[in-house]
Amino acid sequence: MTPRGYAGKYLNVDLTREKIGDVTFPEETLEQYFGGRGLGAKILWDRIGGKWSEVDPLGPENVFIALTGPMTGIYPGGRICCTGKSPVSNGTVGSTASTEFAHELRTAGYDGVIVSGRADKPIYILVTEEGGEIRDASHLWGTMGEETLKILNKEVSDELVSRDPDVGLMKEPGMIYVGPAGENMVRNACVMTKLCHAAGYGGYGSVMGSKNLKAIVAKGRGPLPEVYAPEAVKLLWKRAHEHLISRDSFRRQGTGYGGWSTGNFYSSEPIRNWQEEWHDERSFGGPMFETRFWVKKQWSDFNCTTGCMKVSCVKTGPWKGAITDNPDYELQSYCGTNFGIYDPEANIHLSALIDNLGHSGIGGANTMGYAAELYQRGILTEKDVGFKLEWGDTEAFDRLARVIAYREGVGDVLAEGTYRAALKIAEMKGLKPEELLRYAVHVKGIEVGAHGTRSDEDFLAHDIGYAVNVQGGDHTSVVRDGYHELSGSVFTDSAVICNFARTPQELMFDFAKAVTGYPITVESWRRLNGPRIVTLQKAFLLLGGPDVTWEPVRDDENPPRFYEPLPSGPFKGRTTDRELVRRRRLVYFETLGWDERGIPKKETLEKLDLGFLEKSMFRLR
Amino acid sequence: MVKPLWIARDPSACSGCRRCELACSMHHEGWMWPEASRIRVFMPFPGLEVPHLCSQCQDYPCVEACPVEALSTDPDYGAVIVDREKCTSCGACIRACPGTVPYLHPGDDKATICDLCGGEPECVEVCTEAGYNALTIVNEGPSVHRKLYSRNPVDTARDLAVNMFGEKGEEVIE
Repeated sequence: MTPRGYAGKYLNVDLTREKIGDVTFPEETLEQYFGGRGLGAKILWDRIGGKWSEVDPLGPENVFIALTGPMTGIYPGGRICCTGKSPVSNGTVGSTASTEFAHELRTAGYDGVIVSGRADKPIYILVTEEGGEIRDASHLWGTMGEETLKILNKEVSDELVSRDPDVGLMKEPGMIYVGPAGENMVRNACVMTKLCHAAGYGGYGSVMGSKNLKAIVAKGRGPLPEVYAPEAVKLLWKRAHEHLISRDSFRRQGTGYGGWSTGNFYSSEPIRNWQEEWHDERSFGGPMFETRFWVKKQWSDFNCTTGCMKVSCVKTGPWKGAITDNPDYELQSYCGTNFGIYDPEANIHLSALIDNLGHSGIGGANTMGYAAELYQRGILTEKDVGFKLEWGDTEAFDRLARVIAYREGVGDVLAEGTYRAALKIAEMKGLKPEELLRYAVHVKGIEVGAHGTRSDEDFLAHDIGYAVNVQGGDHTSVVRDGYHELSGSVFTDSAVICNFARTPQELMFDFAKAVTGYPITVESWRRLNGPRIVTLQKAFLLLGGPDVTWEPVRDDENPPRFYEPLPSGPFKGRTTDRELVRRRRLVYFETLGWDERGIPKKETLEKLDLGFLEKSMFRLR
Repeated sequence: MVKPLWIARDPSACSGCRRCELACSMHHEGWMWPEASRIRVFMPFPGLEVPHLCSQCQDYPCVEACPVEALSTDPDYGAVIVDREKCTSCGACIRACPGTVPYLHPGDDKATICDLCGGEPECVEVCTEAGYNALTIVNEGPSVHRKLYSRNPVDTARDLAVNMFGEKGEEVIE
């Protein structure tokens, strides 16, 4: 068989029947969907597409999928892509995280792991060149991320050495795991890896938890998969790294300088649940983090020279012992300014805590900010919450993070994620849903990333960026125009490589061709592969269910808050242009060959080889 | 002897990118093969990345320990050279090494040790190019005062943890 960058097989695990085996996919499917986000969506359609609306994302019928792509580990910046039916959007998200788990899986001979059913007790899956094994995880259930990682590192390393005592040392295994939030099926919980890296959007931590799946651990001793044109790949590999190394400022600062600059310059940072998007707190600037807390200034994942991560550690004071990355911009803002907190130490502590709980420092922190605004407005009281929840009170937010992860008291409601919590609180309080939803900053159940649209100055998000995004509020896959992003994030999430290890399009696609030998180009991804993946994801969203199905057009919208005028800062008074959103949404639908309600047309499905969707889309038209 | 090479290593500067593993394995194996790299970056806890490779000890205990004389030292740079024909995969060199550096190759099962790439180590080149300088060639060469000996990566990481994380560092490795 022609080598195309694939290890060649996927591990298929049925937890209910305790059956493990290998599966493969036809070459045509791989060429069309590649890996990760694309292939994951196709696997989901084949497995549960026919009954999509009835599938409970947290039931045994859902499928948890962790996939690499043909470029993972070979191209700089390898990641793992987690997917399944999302318990927050009821569609799918290709949710990625940088981790050594990805190349360990591939060097063990697997391109991914597909998990269905539900184990009757806590387990983890170990993947080696011998195949997969289901192992007991009773001793790990309930442990925080840090403990999980420590115990599994030791346990699996010892086990592998005992199986092969004469070969000498082996590097540690790679792993993805869930913390208490995932175990307790907090709907927007993350799949965690490397202490503070997360596949966050989509809530796949809760899907793992629903299956009693604490972790998947991989260790391989083989080479990375063979490629179509190895000498070309080696050359392009050098060029790609030269490009990454030339990006001085990003390597130097990562995104960890954003906590002040995004709020101050672009005025697009979540502040107290997006009541404002501007601040002038220099105490929260990059230099304050770097000088006092960064103990490693270039922290990379496998085969990456961007090294945008920086290891932070608090060594003194009340939050002593907190270890996390920068924090990166997203958590600096969502676990900082969003809570009215401008103290780097407190921000590092809360970021580390939420990571350790396995909750989402974006989604979960959005829900926490939402709760604090309801408290500010007197909708939630001290009696409801169990304690005072004032802006800027680190201890209160610490407590809130824990009650959500363990579903205690009000935490049980907030554990449903911002959108569903809003509906529940409305019911509890006898209020109309819209009275609670007006403060809920989500799109299709997915809490919005830390980039506002109102100032129109943000470097990522504008008008329809989230509104029509098939991954809702996911800032890593914002929509630009239904064309450019298809060879951007849709491609990188399917090739399963890091957005921050992007090189010029020509180089990236030459690399992809040299790895796979497929005649793919930037254009083919913008006109066929990309639209195919996004249209399939759109169909999942339209089918939705069982608890929520998003209404076409009405729900292809920004959160209400994004239409309030900015109350402060250099762009005071600006807001998102509703008419522009309406117009650009229509153009976006048209570009992708969807009708004016965003439902894919028959001829589009035919052109994209998505004929299998016609029956269900016909019913919606 | 032309000039023994000294690759100084600084785990606190290692980013964990493991491009050294890729460059090494492309040089020696023709393709990317992390576990067949003569340098491997261990990570007993995230943030604690430890480049692990032969230190060319003064007394070469691995060479001493080999029962079939498969190991010898390179007269030019002082690297340990493995005669793969002679090697019986007995593991004596692995046990003799104070840092458990040698390992049996995942492909042919033979003892595998850094050969210093004939004087121009690929790992150092890529590390320098990226500006990390976790691996550097010290031009004045080795002296008995600084002569390295290898340590197990987990032991190195335990020390590094305290250096980087303070008191918390004492509890991060099981």
